[in-house]
Formats: sequence, structure tokens, C-alpha cells
Amino acid sequence: MENIIYNHLDYSILSWTVFLPVLGALFLLLVQGRAVIRWISLLFTLATFVISLPLLTHFDKGTHAMQFVERHDWIPSWGINYFIGIDGISILFITLTTVLSVLCVLVSWMAIENKVKEFHIAILTMEAGMLGVFVALDFFLFYIFWEAMLIPMFLLIGVWGGQNRVYAAIKFFLYTLIGSLLMLVGIVVLYYTGGRTLDILALSSLDYPFKLQCWLFLAFFAAFAVKVPMFPVHTWLPDAHTEAPTAGSVILAGVLIKMGAYGFLRFSMPMFPAATKFFTGPVLILSVIAIIYGALVCFAQKDFKRLIAYSSVSHMGFVTLGLFAFNTQGVEGGILQMVNHGIITGALFLMIGIIYERTHTRVIADYGGFAKLVPWYAGLFIVLTFASIGLPGTNGFIGEFLIIFGALKARMLYGVLAATGIILGAGYMLWLYQRIFFQDANPDYEVSGHHPVSDLTAREVVLLLPLFVFVFWIGFYPNTLLDYMHASVEHLIQRVNVTEMAGSGKMIANYLTEIF
Amino acid sequence: MLKYILIPLLPFASFLINILLGRNFIKDRAHWIAVPAVFGSFVLAVSAFLEVMNGNTININVYSWIASGDFTVSVGFLIDQLSAVMLMVVTSIGTLIFIYSIGYMHGDGGYYRFFAYLSLFVFSMLILVMANNFLLLYFGWEAVGLCSYFLIGYWFHKKSAADAGKKAFIVNRFGDFGFGLGVILIFLTFGSLEYLQVFGGAGAAMGQTISLFGYEVDLLTLICLLLFCGAVGKSAQIPLHVWLPDAMEGPTPVSALIHAATMVTAGVFMVARCNPLFNLSEVAMNTVAVTGGVTAIFAATIALVQNDIKRVIAYSTVSQLGYMFLALGVGAYSAGIFHLYTHAYFKALLFLGSGSVIHALHDVQDMRNMGGLKKHMPVTYAVFIIATLSITGIPGLAGFFSKDEILWRTYLAGDLGKLLWFLGTTAALLTAFYSWRLIYMTFHGKFRGTHEQEHHLHESPKVITVPLMLLAVGAVAAGWVGIPPVIMEHGDRIGEFLAPVLGHPEGHGTHAEEYMVMGASIFVALLGWFVAHRMYVKTPELPRKLGASLQPVYNLLLNKYYVDELYSKTLVQPVLRAADRIILGFDTYVIEGIVNGVPGLIGAFSRKLREVQTGMLSNYALVMALGALCIVGIWIFLR
Repeated sequence: MENIIYNHLDYSILSWTVFLPVLGALFLLLVQGRAVIRWISLLFTLATFVISLPLLTHFDKGTHAMQFVERHDWIPSWGINYFIGIDGISILFITLTTVLSVLCVLVSWMAIENKVKEFHIAILTMEAGMLGVFVALDFFLFYIFWEAMLIPMFLLIGVWGGQNRVYAAIKFFLYTLIGSLLMLVGIVVLYYTGGRTLDILALSSLDYPFKLQCWLFLAFFAAFAVKVPMFPVHTWLPDAHTEAPTAGSVILAGVLIKMGAYGFLRFSMPMFPAATKFFTGPVLILSVIAIIYGALVCFAQKDFKRLIAYSSVSHMGFVTLGLFAFNTQGVEGGILQMVNHGIITGALFLMIGIIYERTHTRVIADYGGFAKLVPWYAGLFIVLTFASIGLPGTNGFIGEFLIIFGALKARMLYGVLAATGIILGAGYMLWLYQRIFFQDANPDYEVSGHHPVSDLTAREVVLLLPLFVFVFWIGFYPNTLLDYMHASVEHLIQRVNVTEMAGSGKMIANYLTEIF
Repeated sequence: MLKYILIPLLPFASFLINILLGRNFIKDRAHWIAVPAVFGSFVLAVSAFLEVMNGNTININVYSWIASGDFTVSVGFLIDQLSAVMLMVVTSIGTLIFIYSIGYMHGDGGYYRFFAYLSLFVFSMLILVMANNFLLLYFGWEAVGLCSYFLIGYWFHKKSAADAGKKAFIVNRFGDFGFGLGVILIFLTFGSLEYLQVFGGAGAAMGQTISLFGYEVDLLTLICLLLFCGAVGKSAQIPLHVWLPDAMEGPTPVSALIHAATMVTAGVFMVARCNPLFNLSEVAMNTVAVTGGVTAIFAATIALVQNDIKRVIAYSTVSQLGYMFLALGVGAYSAGIFHLYTHAYFKALLFLGSGSVIHALHDVQDMRNMGGLKKHMPVTYAVFIIATLSITGIPGLAGFFSKDEILWRTYLAGDLGKLLWFLGTTAALLTAFYSWRLIYMTFHGKFRGTHEQEHHLHESPKVITVPLMLLAVGAVAAGWVGIPPVIMEHGDRIGEFLAPVLGHPEGHGTHAEEYMVMGASIFVALLGWFVAHRMYVKTPELPRKLGASLQPVYNLLLNKYYVDELYSKTLVQPVLRAADRIILGFDTYVIEGIVNGVPGLIGAFSRKLREVQTGMLSNYALVMALGALCIVGIWIFLR
């Protein structure tokens, strides 16, 4: 089937993938009726997923060059092009986005009763924005997608969120906005120094003066670090995650926070290799702090969803640690862990949403004994718990192992410190599981007169199943994913490491005194 | 090749079928899938064993598991003499315990779940022993830990069970932390994780050092010690022994299979497997030996005063595992594996026997409420006696040969060896005492439970007693493959069989010395028996008097040297308290405060925005555009 699609769409397959959700959103404007809207939304996300499949099958894994490239003049006088393409770093995020979008529509089937049409339009435009960010090869285009994505997310939290939604939405908005503006300044500077072009690939192959690199690195870092989110700019995340509706949390955890790390890979490292090297130490330290600190905060959480949100801080610490280890294992592990985290935490948020629909509480202490009440649910949840802990056989293990391997290879101390995260992770996750599922049901909760909690429905099993397939597939055969990355990652590492040789220590030392 | 892959895959299939279909379809027929699966593995293991006996070792790579840059590792299996012995132990005892469980777990609500987990365990354990590289070993290692977690917490509605499962997993993670780092360090040193390549390159790595936080450390020593961390966790040695006694919350067949016969011996197996590395590091070897020797006597002293029948046996297991590490540490690897193999039979028998007792008493585990069961449960009593004779080292039975081999090899290992031999022999005295104490408290004297219970006392059904009798045969005869040459020439067949993998132990002594060591162990075994008989049969009031007069010592032992309390005070509580008070407060006030600039800014901003809620999007665009314009303007101006 993907051959047929590929042959028909030919050169514009990537554009179709990105803009089909937009078409869907426009189409939704015309129709009425909740059921119809849900089905159309599902249809469009499914169709987007299906046409994104040939990207995987027709991808040439042997080259680091951009593939499925489309390039048209857009605003020639400003040097702005419609320029898109994907390589081994971005391709997996395309699929992750299209898969999670389908699941987001499915999980909102019953949960969203209010402003259904607007909700699904937000989801679809969100999907288009995220896909756009991963494919854009022109800075103007990239920035449009980057900012366009914020609006539906802001609305998802602010309109369909929990009790404290307005606070969380504005916090999310402000944090991201400030980072984005600094990045915009960086882009403008690049535009002028790079010879008035916004072509990301062209700008990535130039050598900028070290001092400029450092300033630009910091400007971009502001945007990306907030998105990841890295310690200490992470505090928007727990609020946003906790208040967002399930679909919002899934997108947020699954894709949105990956954009920061993706930004490091696509922009910071190839464009400012010397500065990247220069700032490696601080970034690694922040990563290790995020791993341990994020895990410790989890121990203190009383709220189910907030705990998982904080665990993201810890997991993303692993990701940035791997990326900034600058060796094949670290970077590939980092990218894989981004996908893994999307799958595992995405699934965890889906499951939390599912149980919340029944219990209407997120307070951990209200739960207890749920393994008896909802055995299938409990069984699936334990799988995710152990995937999150990084048990061999699940995808979490492969990512964490490669990252710790890479870190240990690069800097022994950070690898060792990061590995303590696996002890802490086991601690807070198993404690959470015990409090939710084991022992006796909470008597206070029982008497408050809720309905008996029912186990998973067929729709819920169907929407969860794909993620569980990925958990084990990647756990047992990660090469399916790793193979896509090799060429692009090697190319990236070479770019960074060659610079190190050219940009000798002396030069760095000179600039060091000049900057500070 | 398929034949070997099927050995672990059969139990795995049983797991999948039972976990997916058990709840709604299979229910209490789960054993019809699980027992044939594990028996099938046993048959295939026997055939693999015979092939190894004919001199064919098997080393196959099934597929490439992870490939990232220069790091590659496969899923592959190595079946040599060592793994063949382990395969036999795991599948034979596994089969017997599966059958026993049919009776023991009969009528339990989670019957299918029990067999599913047990099957998953056998699969994991087989992967662990069959792996041909360190990462697959690590896979099996963590997977058996997972099964242990599930099975300890099998009765999860009990808080104690849920706590114990969690504790086991987390304590093991401490060990695995080191183990994992060791595995990575092995790859960074040898460029491979495959056993044969790593062990082949071990000589070349000798003497290499690595800079660790400013100190130059011998690389091989570091690797061995890191690996040993894992073994300390999994095999419940000091200081990570605390999880095993609590693990007795699990159903008794689990205690027998996982927490006595197989999983807890994984650490012993792993160190033996890595003998080419350990041999090159004297520091690591001494660490192993001392840890083992100290644990052996430490755990034995605790076992002296415990009243829960399963806890006595659990501490006995910790102690016996200590013996195995003692053997490994003095270079007598085959003696360690020999003891692993005999211990599997007599300790599984002790656990299953105690299970039979608990079953008859409807879940009473406190020996103070037992007594006089001899006449009600003759088969259980008989096998208990056999297992006790075996563990205490009465000549002719399995435990005698393996324990004697360990003590003899320890005696030969220099001055440190002599000291450890003394510790080991003293531990053997204690072993004899607590083992017979258990027998006398449980089976002799008058029944101390309720009349209701006494009325229902009965011998267990055949499905329970037949596996007991078969294990009893093992507890007697398993040792006959390792008769010391001083008694019978070429009697040490298991040592010779394992020699291609584990080598020959060094050190030679005179026959007189060997008889002296043997005589000493027989003497302490009889002495312990005599004292126990004296205290619990002849003068039953003596133990209480003794306990009262030695109150502090008695309390220290009864409370397991307060190690749990120590960890709770110094590790668990501080982490939770730090998370609760310091970190959370820091996150909420300090970071939010600093990053937000003025606290309450957001609140103010949101109030402002709420007033103009309809214009939010255009505001957003306006702010963006204005901000961007300003910054660009400033930048162009300054340029």
C-alpha cells in the first residue's frame, strides 16, 4: 500500500503529510455534530499516519543527506523559501507525531464534551505545526511552525484543562515565548551574517567566529532549554502537564518537549559546533542535576499526573546527557530515548486519562487496591512502569543503556551519577504502583459514593495497544530505529568533532577571557 | 539450533498463553500448559547436557540485538559445561516445584497468574544461564528480578507483601547499578561483550589502570568489584542481604525455586562464569572470599533465634550462599558450583517441606505454635530429616561432600584461608544447631496450636509429597558426583567435568590435613545436633532461660543486628524527607521565584489577560511582533 501512496504523491509526499491535518481542520469548520466531527478528525489523523508510512519505507538509510526534499521560492526578495526535507534525525519524530495524534483523537472520544469542534481543530493544527517544525529547512518556515504550534497548545490547556488551567496555560505561554524571542534574535543575526539567507542547511555548513557562536548558542539555548525542559527552567512543565487535558498531556510529553532536544541536534550543534563544545560541561551538569533532582521531586508528589510530569524532567535529563556526550552511542541513545519517552510517557498519560474519566481524582492517596478492581488496566500499567524504569526487554532500557554508555565513555563521573537515576526511578515508580494498585482500596474513597470502576473498554485497548507493541519491539529489536539514525548521527558528530580540532584549545581560551 | 532456543522459549510460551488467556479461559487449568512447558525444557536440557558431555559446546548468535557505532551486541547462547549444569538444576527443580505448586496453590484466586509468573521466571533464568554475552546476562538478571518482584508481591493486598516485593527490587537495583557500570566498562576495555572474546583478552588487560576521580585504579579489579556488586545484591550477601528474608512473603514454592534454588544463586554463577577476570585480581578475589565467609556466619547467627519457619530457612540460604562465595573467592570455582547444585536440592526440599507444614496448619508460620507434627505428617517429617542431615553435612549425603570441598579448599588458601576456614567451620556448627532446632520445634514435643488446628492436621496430598520424595533423593545422592579423591580416586567427577570452564583449584595439602578438616566438620555437625537436642528435647525450658540471661545478645540477633532500621534511618527516610521538604520547597519557592523574576508576576499577568480574554490571540501576535521588532531594531541600530 505504501508503494501506491508513494507513487501517487511522488515528490510532494512530505507536504501532504504536513498539510493534510490543516485540510482536516478546515473541513471541520464546515461540519456539524459531535460524532461526525470526531470521526472526521480520526479519519484525517489516520490518513496522515498512513501517508507518513512511505517515508519510513522509502527512506535511504545510507546517507545523511536530506530526503523527500521540496524547495520552492516563496518570498525571493528576502531569500525566503518553502524548503522542507527530512533526515535520519527527524524522520522518527514524524512517525511518532502522526501515531500519537491518532491516539489523541481516540482518547478524547468520550473525555471531551465541551466545544468538540474547536478541540479537534486545535488537535489537527497542532499536529500540522509539530510536523512542520520537524521538516522545515528554512528558518522563516521553521519559526512560523514553531510559533504556530504554541497557539493550539495554549488553547488546549487554557480551555479544556483542569481547575488551574489559566495559570498553567499562561505560564506555559510566557516561558516559551521568552525563549522563542531570544531565538528569533538569533535567527535574525544568522540571516545577516550568513549572507542574507534563511536556508538552514546552508547556514549549518558555515563557520562562524567563536564569540558570535557563543552568543548565538545561548540565544538558541534559551528557546530549547525551556522546551526540553532543562533544570532550572522546568517548572512550567508540571503545571502544564497536570492541567492539560489527556490529549494535551500526551502531545506535550510525546512530541512538544522533544522539540528542544531536536533543536539542539538540528541547529545548535551543526551551526555552533565550537560553542557547543565550549558549553558542554555546564549542559552535562544541568542534565545530571535534572536526572537526580527530577527523580527526587517525584518522591514528594501527591498527584498521580504531576508525578509522571516530573519524571519527564528526569527522563529528558537523560536525553540531553546523551546528546551532549557527542559519541554515537550517546547521541543515538538520546534520540531513541526521545522516541521512547514519547511512547512510554505518552502511554502513561493516556492511561491516567482513562482512569481519571472513571474516578475523577488524581490524588494518589484516593487510590489503592486497583489491581483487583481493574486487572487488565493494572497489567498494562505495570508494563509501562517497568519500561519507564528501563527494564531490559523494554524500549526504555535500550535508550538509557546507550546514553549511560555514551556518557561513561565521554565523562566517567557524569555516567556514574546518571546511573543513580535508575535506582531512584525504580523507587518512585514502584512506590506509585504500590499506592495505586496494591493493598486494600482506600475506604474513604469507597464511601464517597463513586460508581464501581470498570476495566478497559475495547476502544481503550485498541488505542493503547500500538504503544505496547512499540515498547517491546524497540526493546527486543531496536535496530529498526537505530538504523535510520546512523548516517545522520555520524555526520553530525563528525561536524562537531572536526571543529574541535580546528578550533584549538588556545582559541577557546582566548575567547573565554573575552566573554566573561 | 532450534532445540537450544526452545529451551527458554517453551516456558516463555507458557507465560504468554497463561497471562493473556488465563483470566478468562484457562483459569485453574493453568498447570496443563505450564508443567508440560517446563518439563519440555527439562528434556531438551538433558539432551543438551549429554551433548556437552560428549565434548560439544555450543555458541550461537541468534540475531544482532543492538548496533550503535562501534557498540554491537547480539542475542546469543553459550552452552558449555557450566551452563549445562545450571540448565539441569533450573529445569529439574523447576519441574518438581511446578508440580508441587499444583497442590499448594490449589484454589488460589490468581492460580493462572501464579503459573504465568513462574513460567516467566524459568524463561528469564534460562536466558541468564544460557547467555553468551554480558548484556543478555544482564537481561536475564533483571528479568528474574522482575519475576521475583511479581511473586514476592503475589498476595499484593497484603501491605507486607507489596512492601517486600518493592524492597527486593530496589535493593537489587543498588547492586545492578554497579553491575551495569561494570558491563559498560567491560565493553570499553575489551571492545566486546561476548564472554569468549572478553575472557580471551583478559590477560592483555592485566595491569591496566584507570583514573577514577583522581586515583589510579587497577582496571580489572574495578571491573570485578563492580560485577560483584550485582552478585551481592542478587545473592543477598552483606550488605544487601536485607531483601531476602522479607521475600518470604511470597508463596512457598516461590521461596523454594527463586529464593533458594535458582535465582539467588545467579550471583554465584556469574562470578564463576567470569573466573578468567576474577583470577587476575587478588583484591577482588579476597573481597569475594571475605564477603562470603562473613555472610555465612553472620546470617547463621541470626537464624539461631528466629521463630518464623521460613525465615530460619531464608537466613540459612543467605548463609549457604556465603559458603559458595567463600569457595569462589579462594579460587575453588567448581566447589562453589558443586555446592550451588547440592544446595538447590536440599534447600528446595526444606522450603517445600515447610510449605507442606504451613499448608497443613493453614498458613501458620510461627514455630512456637507448632510441635509434634511428626506423627501427623510422616512423609514431610522424613524428608525434613533427610534435608537436615544433608545441610548439616552428615557424611554420605549431598551437603557433606560440597561443604567439605569448600572448607578444604578454603583451608588451603593461605593465612586468610585458615581464618575463613575457621569462620566457615563455626558457621557449620551454627547451621547444625538451627537446623535441628527447627526440626525439634516443628515436629517434636507437643502440638502448641489450637485444638481446631490439631483436628485438621493431615499429611499433604500426593501432588505435594511426590515432589518432596524426588527432591529427597537429590538431597541424598546429588553429592555422589563429587567425592573427594582422598576417599575415592576420580570421585570428583563434577570438578573434572567443569574444569574446562572453571579450571583446577590451586593448593595442595597432606591427606592428614584433609582428614583433619573433614573430621572437624563432622564433629561440629554432631556437636550442633547434640546441643539442639539438649536444649529443645531434653530440657525445653533451657532456651528461655538462656535467652533471658543473654537478653542483649538475644535481642540483637532477633532484630537481625538492626540493619533494616539502620538503612531506614540513614537512607530511606532522608531521601523521602529531602524530597518532601527540601527539594519540593526549593522547586516551588526558590526556582519559581528566581525564574519568574517577581513572584506573582504570572498571577498579575493572568488577571490582566483575563480582562481582555477575547483579544488574547491578537494580543499574543501583537506582543510577539512588537518584541521582535524592538529587538531587531536594537540589533540593527547597534551594529
